[in-house]
Amino acid sequence: MKELTYPFDGAFLLKNKKKIRRKLMEEKVVRIKKKIAVLGGSTTDDIISMMELFLLEQGIEPEFYQSEYGRYWQDAVFGTDELLSFKPDVIYVHTTSRNITEYSLDMNNEPSSYQEMLKRQYEHFYFMWEKLSEVYACPIIQNNFEYPLYRTQGNRDCWDYRGKVNFINRLNLMLSDYASEHEGFYINDINYISACYGLDKWLEPSYWYLYKYALNIYAIPELSFNVSNIIKSLFGQNKKALALDLDNTLWGGVIGDDGVSGIDIGMETAAAEAYRAFQQYIKEQKQIGVMLSICSKNDYDNAVAGLEHPDGVLKPDDFLCIKANWEPKDVNVENIAHETGILPESIVFADDNPAEREIVSSQLGIKTPELDNPEDYIRIIDRNGFFEVTAFTSDDLRRNEMYQQNAERAAVCRQYENYSDYLLSLEMKAVIEGFRSVYIPRITQLTNKSNQFNLTTKRYTQQEIEKVGNDKNHICLYGRLIDKFGDNGIVSVVIGRIEDSALHIELWLMSCRVLKRDMEFAMLDSLVQECQQRNINKIYGYYYRTKKNAMVSSLFGQFGFEQLEADENRSKWKLELSGYINKNKVIMVEEGEMAI
Amino acid sequence: MNRAEIMERLNEVFRDVFDDSSIVVDDSTTSKDIEDWDSLEHINLVGAVEQEFKMRFKMKEVSSMKNVGEMADIVAERAKR
Repeated sequence: MKELTYPFDGAFLLKNKKKIRRKLMEEKVVRIKKKIAVLGGSTTDDIISMMELFLLEQGIEPEFYQSEYGRYWQDAVFGTDELLSFKPDVIYVHTTSRNITEYSLDMNNEPSSYQEMLKRQYEHFYFMWEKLSEVYACPIIQNNFEYPLYRTQGNRDCWDYRGKVNFINRLNLMLSDYASEHEGFYINDINYISACYGLDKWLEPSYWYLYKYALNIYAIPELSFNVSNIIKSLFGQNKKALALDLDNTLWGGVIGDDGVSGIDIGMETAAAEAYRAFQQYIKEQKQIGVMLSICSKNDYDNAVAGLEHPDGVLKPDDFLCIKANWEPKDVNVENIAHETGILPESIVFADDNPAEREIVSSQLGIKTPELDNPEDYIRIIDRNGFFEVTAFTSDDLRRNEMYQQNAERAAVCRQYENYSDYLLSLEMKAVIEGFRSVYIPRITQLTNKSNQFNLTTKRYTQQEIEKVGNDKNHICLYGRLIDKFGDNGIVSVVIGRIEDSALHIELWLMSCRVLKRDMEFAMLDSLVQECQQRNINKIYGYYYRTKKNAMVSSLFGQFGFEQLEADENRSKWKLELSGYINKNKVIMVEEGEMAI
Repeated sequence: MNRAEIMERLNEVFRDVFDDSSIVVDDSTTSKDIEDWDSLEHINLVGAVEQEFKMRFKMKEVSSMKNVGEMADIVAERAKR
């Protein structure tokens, strides 16, 4: 919905929230359900109603728990029956500088007494986070603190040990340190977004006096959007790729008319500098693992010549796929999706031309942010939070490289007549073993991101993965695949629950980057072997249909399972293990150690 | 802008905020007359009226308005268009 894409009209959203919610609920889309506990130090009602709109738009159907007014600490530390039985998937603590209780200005005080205040204030929160993660074992999102409305000492407030600005800066750093040392703890940076919004407007005090809102009600959508971006990222709803236009998007001018020397890119003019800054920003997106492609109406040679402009930042090999032709753009975006192995809806389409945006958005329903002036491009893409980073793994660092290797593999494939000869030529090696603690973030990320090759689409938090990985009644395997072109990283995860002498498969997923490599057979072989060592004699498999996982609807059948029951949306399968013969013949599997 | 026009536009705002196209307000309408009009929705309603008429209520006005008629009076006095 366009109304929910940045820059949005916050006043419009607040006024029409009921209508918008109704429309979102009428959309025929499959959303994942998540329970969100909002613990507030001030009024949170419309913060929740706005979060709901943004989350629905982002593919999540939320259910909320809301603490009584201002009772965030009591609810967190002492618990309530309602919160305990609610079992949140994520907890959001909405506190603000209004909840700073330990600070007071006394010009006679020594530095040590301010150290004490700071310590007491930090411990108030520290104690709560520790308690929350112990009891609920779910991700925690915590606001940091916005700057105060006034500075008693003027500019001195920012460095004098007695100043409130100084106090808030130091407290925020302590929060950041806690976040960097604790998995599953995320900061909602209201210090930044209140600055973006304008601190005077954000803090207009009448909203506190009248309604006990700690911010301007018109700023609520900004706040809620910022939180919903963290939540959707945690639950695997991030976008993954950018498909970029060239003329007047990555450079100024039309290369087909103006030639390489005529386009605006570099440091010579204001426009050239703006486009260069945008290219720099896009290059940084690649650093965080966003996959880049070109989608441009141009002759291919012109497109490449433009990207080789010496003053440009982006080069042709920064892109996985360059679609420069005269096909309609929606067709090209679909082709990009197909070739890079991701879903069209995971792509963000960046184009300065409203007509192109319209056709792509109406045909594919994907995000097409409104890039109208080059000086605004960065802000508009950045603030949409499409690629919000909550976990950063070595796979993110190498993603573009890995997809590049895929292209090389495809080139080799064409030289072989027989597909299994091709697979053998890849010289594949796999490591398949129980979960290791260093891989927990990547395994969690996969359970939240994989949509297509995923039999049950069960999502896990990091804490849940750790728990299940250490549980005697579960068999957990991850698989890593390496071949002569490079390391694909961790690409498959299987989790099964042991009951009597049978294994029930709760999760079976594989990254689409290794489709058709027989990795699933290698995983099955290892799983069967693991079962046999524990005297488990049958495996039950489950398939739950989603909008995206049709490709594995008969996977258990291909594995030789017998179908026990099936309806439109789910099926149950069984495999007897006696006489099982290994199915993988092309991957050399290295025996790993089981974690348990 | 005469008072009838103000009432007409106020009525539209009420319909949007409460997502109910059957609402008809007059000078004497209060929160008791509209089912969803609680203290939380009041915040939204005040905000939506401010947006519609490009004006701001003062804090004491927000706390003292007793019915739609008083709201319309303040709007009539201060609205910019």
